[in-house]
Amino acid sequence: MLTFIARRCLFMVPTLFAISVVAFVIIQLPPGDYLTTMVTRLEAEGQQVDEAMLEGLRERYGLGRPVHEQYLAWMSGIVQGDFGQSFEYGTSVSSLIADRLPLSIVLTVSTLLATWLIAFPIGLYSAVRQYSAGDYLATMIGFLGLAVPNFLIALGLMYVMHTVFGYSVGGLFSPEYRDAPWSVAKLGDLAAHLWIPIVVLGTAGTAGLIRILRANVLDEVRKPYVVAARARGVPERRLVLKYPLRVALNPFVSTVGWVLPALLSGEVIVASVLNLPTTGPLLLGALRSQDMYLAGSIILIVSVLTVVGTLLSDILLAWLDPRVRLGYR
Amino acid sequence: MSAARPDHDGPLLEIDGLATRFFTREGTVRAVDGVSLSVPRGATVCVVGESGCGKSVTARSVLGLVDEPGRIVGGRILWRPGDGDPVDLAALDPNSERMRRIRGGEISMVFQEPMASLSPMHTVGSQLVEAIRLHLPLGRAEAHDRAVDLLRRVGIPRPEERMDAYSFQLSGGMCQRVMIAIALACDPALLIADEPTTALDVTTQARIIDLLRDLQAQSGMSMLFITHDLGVVAEIADEVVVMYLGTVVERGGVDEIFHDPKHPYTRALLGSVPRMGAGSRQRLTTIRGTVPHPSDRPAGCPFHPRCDAAVAGVCDRSDPPDVPVGPGRTARCVLYDEAAVPASGVV
Repeated sequence: MLTFIARRCLFMVPTLFAISVVAFVIIQLPPGDYLTTMVTRLEAEGQQVDEAMLEGLRERYGLGRPVHEQYLAWMSGIVQGDFGQSFEYGTSVSSLIADRLPLSIVLTVSTLLATWLIAFPIGLYSAVRQYSAGDYLATMIGFLGLAVPNFLIALGLMYVMHTVFGYSVGGLFSPEYRDAPWSVAKLGDLAAHLWIPIVVLGTAGTAGLIRILRANVLDEVRKPYVVAARARGVPERRLVLKYPLRVALNPFVSTVGWVLPALLSGEVIVASVLNLPTTGPLLLGALRSQDMYLAGSIILIVSVLTVVGTLLSDILLAWLDPRVRLGYR
Repeated sequence: MSAARPDHDGPLLEIDGLATRFFTREGTVRAVDGVSLSVPRGATVCVVGESGCGKSVTARSVLGLVDEPGRIVGGRILWRPGDGDPVDLAALDPNSERMRRIRGGEISMVFQEPMASLSPMHTVGSQLVEAIRLHLPLGRAEAHDRAVDLLRRVGIPRPEERMDAYSFQLSGGMCQRVMIAIALACDPALLIADEPTTALDVTTQARIIDLLRDLQAQSGMSMLFITHDLGVVAEIADEVVVMYLGTVVERGGVDEIFHDPKHPYTRALLGSVPRMGAGSRQRLTTIRGTVPHPSDRPAGCPFHPRCDAAVAGVCDRSDPPDVPVGPGRTARCVLYDEAAVPASGVV
């Protein structure tokens, strides 16, 4: 097990290097840089652009230097924990992300928990009582949840909540708490707002999970080892929970690591629609204004989190499934 | 161990007119269509027949293990484990507590694919201990000791270490030994073996058959052995039941069946066994045609389209009767029914 983890960690080094290069290339791909965007905007506002000031900025941010030097400067900063400055916000990238990350984490983790809590019992029921009325109902809701885009659910929910209940659902806080320091009342306000993004973000995931779990359990319940367990007198309820469900868990564990990147970049559109103060809209804005250090840092962090999350998933899977752990051929 | 079982009227297991059908979208499949057989105490009864003749479904019907959309639609399965009235397993709810206690406690089953019959996510030991603790009031440590003993009894080397092995770390033969240990965990009165050697190589097959025979001799349990291998039948059977397309065509003692087969199907089956020294240029005798799909049964005797002795106008019209052809023997064929075919001089 330890050698397995060590080997997996070693494989991560070249992957991470490749990711940093790709992230950098992506930032450089669009024509122009942040300064061209700024010039265009200023000219559109009818302002004169001072050529000397532009030159000064270009010098200060190293935008005129060769590409590989820019990459090296960027990476050496990151290794020291400095992700650079955001042009648009004028503050350090780390503080911008740190500002929004806690709420992203709260949202993602609670969405994941809600998804699992709802999807597991329903999926299991759907499989064990295949073709029952309850199964058909779960299937119908599941397909609806999968087919309707999340942002549409968000818009619909906002409209209904506003017109019927006169309740504003944007953001995670009421205006009076937005900039208030943390308190019990603010926490309650957060909880009152949080359920809407959870519902919106969770529907597709829940629907997908129900279908996956149902299919997996159905695959397993007809396997000979389940019949053999039944033939030795294992009670039906315990049988389903102990044998087929155990194997059906594998896809869940293999994808749980994807939660990590979703912390930062998940559901950009929904977060924009619902005006959530999470990192998703931050990335979208940075990409639009070619705020290269901010965008690059977020892309890099998301990619690294993907790699780390996959490693965590693999370790969990090896812990859960002896075939992975012991090398089943 | 259980040699002193009280004698009772009637055999340990008596299947009477069992009918199991599968209600599929394409139509009803009569997988088992009026099967009658009995398993005496301490005896081994072999059920033989080609693939798809309903052997396995018969075996699974006994323990209520027929998968959807299959259902037992008729007949009785009388189980006489000892004192008290017989239990009709065909009428018992498959999910009832009584059936659960019978499964693995009174009647055990060994399956065709030993590797697939063990969960790959749990150790061999945990599945064996589970079987013990489901039926016997033993603590964790006692059950563990009993499990190790069982593994030793079925001939697994270093049983202590094997307790922590997973099925994919063992060979097919070892897995089948584990399955047999699980089956014997609670000293069942009847062991149903559903083609336990089909998936194994020939030398392993012989060892498993020897093991089953020895264990039966030690414990005095009865065995219902499903197979299509006539060599296995000759080796272990006391009585033989020959099945064709969901019906029993002939039954009797093993010597009578092998030396004096009555039913044309049994004769054809025995005739198609390859023999040593039969001559190199000799073609292997086969039964012409193929087994029809159970949803597409021919009218009358199910075997008549492939039968060399079929009587036109009789065999393709009416179901043949079960004719007694000796003590404890029956053949389901009009050739032995004097009322149906008056001295037609066949064969």
